[in-house]
Amino acid sequence: MNILVCISKTPDTTAKIAFTEGNTKFDENGVQWIINPYDEWYSLVRAIEIKEKDPTTNIHLITVGGPEAEPIIRKALALGGDEAIRVNINSNDSYVIAQQIATVAKQASYDLIMTGKETIDYNSACIGSMLSAILDLPFVSLANHLEMNGNTATIQREIEGGEETNEVILPMIISCQKGMAEQRIPNMRGIMAARTKPLKVLDPVATNAHTSIKEFSLPPAKTGVKLITPDQMEELVKLLKEEAKVI
Amino acid sequence: MVLIYIDHSEKEIKKSSHEAISYGAAIAKQLGCSSEALLLGTVNDDLTALGKLGASKVHQLNNETLNNFDAKVHASLIATAATHLNAEVIVFAHNINGKAIAPAVAVKLDAGIVTGACSLPNLQNGFEVTKTVFSGKAFASIKIETPKKVIAINQNSFGIENYELGATIEEVNLPIPTASVKVTNVNKIIGEIPLTEANLVVSGGRGLKGPENWGILLNLAKALGAATACSRPVSDSDWRPHHEHVGQTGIQIAPNLYIAIGISGAIQHLAGVNRSKTIVVINKDPEAPFFKAADYGVVGDAFEVVPALTAAISKMKHNE
Repeated sequence: MNILVCISKTPDTTAKIAFTEGNTKFDENGVQWIINPYDEWYSLVRAIEIKEKDPTTNIHLITVGGPEAEPIIRKALALGGDEAIRVNINSNDSYVIAQQIATVAKQASYDLIMTGKETIDYNSACIGSMLSAILDLPFVSLANHLEMNGNTATIQREIEGGEETNEVILPMIISCQKGMAEQRIPNMRGIMAARTKPLKVLDPVATNAHTSIKEFSLPPAKTGVKLITPDQMEELVKLLKEEAKVI
Repeated sequence: MVLIYIDHSEKEIKKSSHEAISYGAAIAKQLGCSSEALLLGTVNDDLTALGKLGASKVHQLNNETLNNFDAKVHASLIATAATHLNAEVIVFAHNINGKAIAPAVAVKLDAGIVTGACSLPNLQNGFEVTKTVFSGKAFASIKIETPKKVIAINQNSFGIENYELGATIEEVNLPIPTASVKVTNVNKIIGEIPLTEANLVVSGGRGLKGPENWGILLNLAKALGAATACSRPVSDSDWRPHHEHVGQTGIQIAPNLYIAIGISGAIQHLAGVNRSKTIVVINKDPEAPFFKAADYGVVGDAFEVVPALTAAISKMKHNE
């Protein structure tokens, strides 16, 4: 089986969120970059588990970004991918990114394309769904469980207040979230092996962006907490009812 | 025309779609066009009543097989319908199914998309929509550069407006593509309010010390009619089920009221709840970072404060 795992570089979850150039760019000063947690912990690790069960599985990783994305793709290779592809373009437009991945996917025959449920920076949750439209493939999103049985995938996906089990014939696209797998830490053998695993750099295909970011802003700071003493719970209820008007 | 996709489950229209209709109607007012809704499948709701939310027409593809959600099939039908109806803006709720199909519909229509939107479009300089980014820690104003636009609106960020309208229902006839997903089982947790749909949420952290102490939290949730949630360490320790985990890597929610009990308020937790309208923090540590993000705070022992709060809520409800 051939799996393509989509990997995105995001700021660390504790990174300070600030903007520069008249609030038009994310301030990368001092930011630690990580593999988007949904891509790493859930989608990539599940792909590795599938390969551990069926060693004939090939895992290709793809990232869309400049050379600065290479450390995170090496880390992903250290966790367990076989080879990696980097499409050399930086874009904030999901459609441009999806087109790059789709172009690579069209030239190979992947049985399964995996993404995280969203990135933790732009939170757009677009790539999997867009790939399904461009490649005309089935898509199951927000999956928390995946089992392979020949060319049938059995998937559990989140629904409001529960879970649904889906069966899909490959090839397909799946977006992964918590529950799919457990976080792993690359071991020394993996890190050494990753150095020599192939990392192909491809030129992007020309695509017009459909959107552009005009300005970032930060939420207004909370005006300060109103403290209520533990013996004043009726007062708190009154505030929630009459001031906040939420109950 | 603004076309709003109506999402439903178990024959009931989701609350997030009610909000999407009102949001779509407000955009239609800005653009001076009509706002109409699209329903794939069948529901028990009175469709003419969707006029009260702002839809003048409901286009229905009345076919039971579409009650099973299949992202590929649904996206394809919505795109075809939107083209036939000549929709300029297509609105989705940014909920579970909306996330699965809105971007695919955008691709099929050559439309730019903003997901996680939290404002009406600003039309002064083209068509800009504000969305939440960095897990709610910031906003970005996104310009859609294409003639057609797709917007997925964050849950509980716009609200519902009242219109004096009755919607007319029009049948849509489109060939239904072969299913690509077979739904083999649905497992709904009965009797609980789904977290993402809840207006009120009571959440617990490590400060409650163990799963055996959750009774006080459950009683408060019951008194309020709230859904229950927890922090990551709590779900990682299996004190509470994983589907209750809210935070950066769990579920992101935006209820009207979030009550955090014994949760210190790490940045990753805040990322999942900071869009809540009102936050109440109960913690015995006055230095807990969560107090900085809270509207109301109680510094005290949860085992005393929570039962007292529950009693005060019950008393208030009793007097109503």
